[in-house]
Amino acid sequence: MSLKIIVLAKQVPDTRNVGKDAMTAEGTVNRAALPAIFNPEDLNALEQALQLKEQNPGTTISLLTMGPPRAAEIIREGLFRGADGGVLLTDRAFAGADTLATSYALACAVKAMGEFDLILGGRQAIDGDTAQVGPQVAEKLNIAQVTYAEKIEKIENGESTIKRRLERGVEVVKAKLPLVVTVNGTADECRPRNAKLIQKYKYAKTNSEKQNIDVSEQALYEKRPYLNLTEWSVKDVEADLEQVGLSGSPTKVKRIENVIFQAKESKQISDSDNDSEELVKELIANHTIG
Amino acid sequence: MANFYTDNSDLKHHLNHPLMERLVALKERNYQDAEKYDYAPFNFSDAMDSYEKVLEIAGEICGDIVAPNAESVDHEGPQVVNGRVKYAAGTEQNLDALVKAGLMGISIPRRYNGLNFSLVPYIMAADMVSRADAGFVNIWGLQDCAETIYEFANEDQKQRFLPRVCAGETMAMDLTEPDAGSDLQAVMLKATYCEKDNCWYLNGVKRFITNGDGHIALVLARSEEGTKDGRGLSMFIYDKNDGGVTVRRIENKMGIKGSPTCELVFKNAKAELCGDRKLGLIKYVMALMNGARLGIAAQSVGISEAAYREALSYAKDRCQFGKAIIEFPAVYEMISIIKAKLDASRSLLYETTRFVDMYKTYEDIAKERKLEKEERDEMKKYQRLADAFTPMAKGMGSEFANQNAYDCIQVHGGSGFMKDYACERIYRDARITSIYEGTTQLQVVAAIRHVTTGTYLNQIRAYQAEELKPELAALRERLIAMTDKYEAAVKSVTETKNNELIDFQARRMVEMAGHIIMGYLLLLDTNRNENFRHSAEIYIRFGEAEVEKNAAFINNFNASDINTYKQ
Repeated sequence: MSLKIIVLAKQVPDTRNVGKDAMTAEGTVNRAALPAIFNPEDLNALEQALQLKEQNPGTTISLLTMGPPRAAEIIREGLFRGADGGVLLTDRAFAGADTLATSYALACAVKAMGEFDLILGGRQAIDGDTAQVGPQVAEKLNIAQVTYAEKIEKIENGESTIKRRLERGVEVVKAKLPLVVTVNGTADECRPRNAKLIQKYKYAKTNSEKQNIDVSEQALYEKRPYLNLTEWSVKDVEADLEQVGLSGSPTKVKRIENVIFQAKESKQISDSDNDSEELVKELIANHTIG
Repeated sequence: MANFYTDNSDLKHHLNHPLMERLVALKERNYQDAEKYDYAPFNFSDAMDSYEKVLEIAGEICGDIVAPNAESVDHEGPQVVNGRVKYAAGTEQNLDALVKAGLMGISIPRRYNGLNFSLVPYIMAADMVSRADAGFVNIWGLQDCAETIYEFANEDQKQRFLPRVCAGETMAMDLTEPDAGSDLQAVMLKATYCEKDNCWYLNGVKRFITNGDGHIALVLARSEEGTKDGRGLSMFIYDKNDGGVTVRRIENKMGIKGSPTCELVFKNAKAELCGDRKLGLIKYVMALMNGARLGIAAQSVGISEAAYREALSYAKDRCQFGKAIIEFPAVYEMISIIKAKLDASRSLLYETTRFVDMYKTYEDIAKERKLEKEERDEMKKYQRLADAFTPMAKGMGSEFANQNAYDCIQVHGGSGFMKDYACERIYRDARITSIYEGTTQLQVVAAIRHVTTGTYLNQIRAYQAEELKPELAALRERLIAMTDKYEAAVKSVTETKNNELIDFQARRMVEMAGHIIMGYLLLLDTNRNENFRHSAEIYIRFGEAEVEKNAAFINNFNASDINTYKQ
């Protein structure tokens, strides 16, 4: 059975290799020092979508991302790996959104994209680490959700079988479509970009990116319509201005501080059973473990 | 997060050689595929941009997947399970990534689902894969065999087999047997035609077959009963789906351990003839081997690159006597020699690749239309140069890879002798490059006629005539002096008309030509890109001494001295 899949993806600063200049003196993220990348767990989600596409001929995959105009790169990265299209949600009014405003905007965009069977996204983004956006999108669309997915094992007769990776083990669940699934980093790594697809889509651009091109380049976009990437504003998705961006975000960041972990004191225990047991009890009591 | 393309600007330099504009226009037939295929380029800069983007994908896979897997693949190796090859887990992962990235059938035309790339980016990908894991490149690089199917098989066979290779099926070339190694005329695997089934059946044993359990194999077999030489051999295509071939064992090798070297048993294995009967060895295998030799030249350069990087990084880290060992003349000289040999062999590799690509592209065009006279002349010129340069690039490149791997261990000192550092694997992997696809000694046999007929000298004179920045003139003067010594030495040997003496001195003469050619290539590289200046100076100084040494040997040698060498 063919599926319509939407993959939620976010462009994030690469926080995995943070150097000493990663934060500004004011305590905000120094974006210039960190390259913008495809959020790693969103790539895991994309891979699950691509595997479903291989198993279910006729399936189409669209990416949905919200961000500044340069986040169009996320759509291209998806196309290079086998997605069929995508939408960039970009508007100054979307800026400064917390998870509530983000999930509202994404839900509006999903509605504007038409019918779908499955929405996939990474568990969480490496810049905010909230893991809230996927579940909130499901709530706003009023559909079921499966979180912490490691593998979508199959989809048959409108029902999915999904393996979840939980803290203490693995759980296999069944859920009816339509459905939101958030995918863990333990899922299969995303496949590399494909040589033919990168040649096919390397010129794909949004209207904002096409502003400075010359006439001869314009002809290319008329001749190859698939090179035109969709870009939507608040108006295009019929969102309420009050509920997007900063005005739609109840979360206010009060203060950010740099925390440097340092060992302050050390404690030696003997290798007796008694001492070990005492230590375990102490660690449980202060919530270090357990 | 390593990328073996973007971390090595030398590759981009070689990719952007001035000859590429003509080469790519020929390969793309003036970009007419752009109308038919959404992934075809519409002009030269579009094509070059695509080459780069695809090489970035290959570079990322090499850096992030193939290189990190190299150690476990070396330890684990492939196994035989029920007569089939089971690759090491890392090998499977490498192949899966390269197949999903669409990096199979790189040079095959688009109508068979290939990328229709020039050989230059293909060889560049092989160069990077070899740097990552020299054993793995054998499995991936056997897609070369698809070129042979493209050149010599019939249309029906091309349509059936080539898209499968482009989709990721691996290949093998089944040539050697227990009693037929360097001497392939002795091949005994029997091919029998069965009128009833209208097909051929193969029976016998093949040995030392790289990736012997690949999906599609080119097999050299004796189709003419009662014959004993190369004229009784034909080329066949064996499809694993038809069955009939089992893997008896995998050799336990010194290096390239991830690459399964198989002994194969053919029992009534169904196969189809490729091309014409009796041309198996004399035409098709020769073409196949030339392609494979270029592949080994690339493998050698990749190994040299890996050796250079390991040596450099260790020498910067390791402190003795109160400073990093790279501060000591004995060490920094060794590392700059590694780098100079690496750069020299890479320049020769891509020069050779362009020559091969030029003539093969013309040959392909000649199947579509009659070539103009100038085009035919140009094709012949490049074919001659390709024939002359291929054995030199393979022979000298593989010797340099061995020397570089040896020096890399030397830089590591005692630690390098331990299994803890990558250099010992690189050293073991390097060793085969000067042996298989024709030993260095056999490369000399192929190259010597280009010494005696003057192909090398003419090309050296052509390099000499190229326009250079004035500050490079002094280096050219030294190359001219080296050329004079080479010319005199060759004259003194050839005018004796003593074939045994010519054979005896052959390697010395071929190497002299090689040093001069590589010196010129680095000089021309420097003319385009200042980054090559150090390597050009160091290599020319090294080559000068080598030429001097070989000239002295030849000049002080009398034909009768040969007798003292006979055992």
